[in-house]
Amino acid sequence: MEWETVIGLEIHAQLATKSKIFSAASTAYGAEPNTQACAVDLGLPGVLPVLNQKAVRMAVKFGLAIDAEIAPYSVFARKNYFYPDLPKGYQISQFELPIVGLGHLDIEVDGEEKRIGVTRAHLEEDAGKSLHEDFHGLTGIDLNRAGTPLLEIVSEPDMRSAKEAVAYMRKLHELVRYLEICDGNMQEGSFRCDANVSVRPKGQAEFGTRAEIKNINSFKFVEKAINHEIERQIDVIEGGGQVVQETRLYDANKDETRSMRSKEEANDYRYFPDPDLLPVHIEDALKQEIQATLPELPAAKKQRFINDYQLDNEAANTLTSSRELADYFESVVKQSGCETKMCANWVTGDLLGALNKAALEITQSPIENERLAGLLTRIADNTISGKIAKQVFEEMWKGEQSADEIIESKGLKQITDSGAIEAIIDTIIANNPNQVEQYLGGKDKVFGFFVGQVMKETQGKANPGEVNKMLKAKLKR
Amino acid sequence: MHNKTIAEIARDLRNKQYSSVELTRHFLDRIQQHQELNAFVSVADEHALGQAEAADKALAAGDAPLLTGIPIGQKDIFCTRGIKTSCGSKMLDNFESPYDATVVEKFKQNGAVMPGKLNMDEFAMGSSNETSFYGAVRNPWNVDCVPGGSSGGSAAAVAARLVPAATGTDTGGSIRQPSSLCGITGLKPTYGRVSRYGMIAFASSLDQAGPMTRNAEDAAILLQAMAGFDGKDSTSVEQDVPDYRAELNNSLQGLKIGIPKEFFSSDLNADIAAVVNSAIAEYQKLGAELVEVSIPSLNQSIPVYYVIAPAECSANLSRFDGVRFGYRCENPQDLADLYTRSRGEGFGAEVKRRILMGTYALSAGYYDAYYLKAQKIRRMISEDFKKALSQADVLMGPVSPSTAFGIGEKTGDPIEMYLSDIYTIGVNLAGLPGMSVPAGFVDNKPVGLQIIGDYFAESRLLNVAHQFQQVTDWHQQIPQGFE
Repeated sequence: MEWETVIGLEIHAQLATKSKIFSAASTAYGAEPNTQACAVDLGLPGVLPVLNQKAVRMAVKFGLAIDAEIAPYSVFARKNYFYPDLPKGYQISQFELPIVGLGHLDIEVDGEEKRIGVTRAHLEEDAGKSLHEDFHGLTGIDLNRAGTPLLEIVSEPDMRSAKEAVAYMRKLHELVRYLEICDGNMQEGSFRCDANVSVRPKGQAEFGTRAEIKNINSFKFVEKAINHEIERQIDVIEGGGQVVQETRLYDANKDETRSMRSKEEANDYRYFPDPDLLPVHIEDALKQEIQATLPELPAAKKQRFINDYQLDNEAANTLTSSRELADYFESVVKQSGCETKMCANWVTGDLLGALNKAALEITQSPIENERLAGLLTRIADNTISGKIAKQVFEEMWKGEQSADEIIESKGLKQITDSGAIEAIIDTIIANNPNQVEQYLGGKDKVFGFFVGQVMKETQGKANPGEVNKMLKAKLKR
Repeated sequence: MHNKTIAEIARDLRNKQYSSVELTRHFLDRIQQHQELNAFVSVADEHALGQAEAADKALAAGDAPLLTGIPIGQKDIFCTRGIKTSCGSKMLDNFESPYDATVVEKFKQNGAVMPGKLNMDEFAMGSSNETSFYGAVRNPWNVDCVPGGSSGGSAAAVAARLVPAATGTDTGGSIRQPSSLCGITGLKPTYGRVSRYGMIAFASSLDQAGPMTRNAEDAAILLQAMAGFDGKDSTSVEQDVPDYRAELNNSLQGLKIGIPKEFFSSDLNADIAAVVNSAIAEYQKLGAELVEVSIPSLNQSIPVYYVIAPAECSANLSRFDGVRFGYRCENPQDLADLYTRSRGEGFGAEVKRRILMGTYALSAGYYDAYYLKAQKIRRMISEDFKKALSQADVLMGPVSPSTAFGIGEKTGDPIEMYLSDIYTIGVNLAGLPGMSVPAGFVDNKPVGLQIIGDYFAESRLLNVAHQFQQVTDWHQQIPQGFE
């Protein structure tokens, strides 16, 4: 039987506010346990939450960017459950009236565009962390993270493969970083994903029973976890069993999901409006004000790159995958004045290649955009060849010298004196009569031998185009 | 000294008739002498005397705030840094707050002395002060009777002259009902008028702190110190605080008093009705006119309250889990054991009853039928009150259906106990300000008159109460043995 997969994702994006969503404590990552938890975060008797308006603005910004309805009136609710790292015994979240309503995000998989619905996005506070190591069988609680603002972004069950799910997650990751509402740091848990996965016989209208896979914290694991889960569900059904609705945990070490709790064990969260907080009213004026702060979004930027820089789809996709990379590319184009395709090739090829190898982000690139632009300028004005340029690039990567300084100190300047090249060519022709004979006899491949010899003699500094031209003229058949 | 009002004490301190230290010692002595009332959970002698010394210096330097050097008791629901805050519960018997409630901070800024923390029903859940972990408080008018609740310690202490005034909180009548039963003046302000920050939450949408004093002028002075917007409480209202004493002496000529007919149904005890009616007649002598009004939904207020308040408290009290502060059971075997025994052993029966009711009302499948329905009726009640108040300046009626009842008399019957608040709960549901003013006695036990005003009409309420106190002396009566 042929099976179809149905996937919906819930993504928790940590909002990049300085202070927590309901208190003034810092949200900075990595502090000593419980040093960034104030009375409100600890849930002490008598404390009250006060909403961080910056978090509200970030949520609205996100909503506007995915073309969603922004609720004029939204409500915080208490989600009740007991857990040691949940200080109040309830999480302040939004339930019936979330701040962001229906929107959408377009993804691209194997060259095909697809629109994924975003059901809603709501504001909530994060819980603390339970620490199980180094406590001799006891559990330690770190409440630094308690009260950190989260935007939970819930998709429609619109994805049909793990690949689509990853594409959606990447697109969302790219968007929240474009909007500067989330740092997207997945190691630190700033961007986390729960996946709802089900399978059904191809052609069947109703959904199969779903399992929710919790807390997957990398793109790679999302794909693996979902694929593993799809296989598991198909095996269960084909083995005559039934998929049960449950929450499963992905174990990256074993590459498997395992059951956490079934539907029967699920909490009744007893949501009700939080009487400590007033409803959030978003006026049109505020929406307009925030709309005006929206940066150029990835899709628009990509289209502009294709139109203005004549880039192909792939290059435009790569270059707009982050705002920083796109900015880098554009400043290289601007400063070098070089042909845009060449700029794109250098950025997506040599630079990104080297960065990937060194596991660096564009923002950490050892070669700043000014220096790369300087290098490209020298290729364009024929000071160096593309081949020499790669050598210069490597030098630039290692140090802080500009392209010009390296070209100068290493004497890499292209030989443009055609008389000098001509003399070298003449000598080579004279010293290699056999090869001349072969070439003149019709063996085209031998031409490369002559080019190589000239380059060897000139240490690569001859202009390859010029060399070709002159050799052709000398060895006229 | 102890029979003087705050206004009088403030004058005496400035005239150097006695110092704040002398005054504070005097009240601390009285607290010591009358321990049988069980009005205090903690007495903070050293703390209070330290504050009194500082107050004397401030007074000597001149330009000290009005409350400087005057002892004001705090209900043990307000967090006080360095002094135990128990909320009347075993759960918090070991709890010392690292911060001061906004109300406490404001009294400090106003120079007041804090002699101790007053007994109360556990987590403010009760109408008799019998649910306190620290035992029942006795009513100074009759020590075999309850003082009312939940601010029973505050009411008894003010009536017995153990403090000149105290704070209370009122979720369903917890300031007004004990004020009525102890013969003092109590004011529950408009919801949002006084910050709830640092006041341990019972039912967040209903809780409101207010003054419990011997007369309306003192209530005005205390409210002045307590009221105001607080950035730490999102439900506090950003509205200017008027001078609450400015209108005290306004004439009541032409005042329209609305008499809600539901307050005077046949269920009302005839003796209490007689006291309330004679108080209203007094107002007519002062030039007021009576208008009959109706609050048809009033009889829904108890069922609505007993859905909303427990629902909110079921979540508010979840933080008492034995993990970070408060009571923790001995040798918990695992997490579930830690939770169940800490909460099972730390909370009293009434608190558990309400947590269970609230949890049930919010449960999947019941939410719409209980919580949502209750919220709808709550809006109806508010509308009914608003309509009544559009026809009158203030509303008047009884505070409590009975005078102080015997200790133990109603503990076996929660419903009977809940009915104690039948005339007060509607005011909380609507968020309106309400007062209890001493209006007479039945069988030697005080009876209060309830005055209800429009939103933020505290000045008007205080004026109406003050004028009554200019022509009556019910508020000046002193229980025997406490003269």
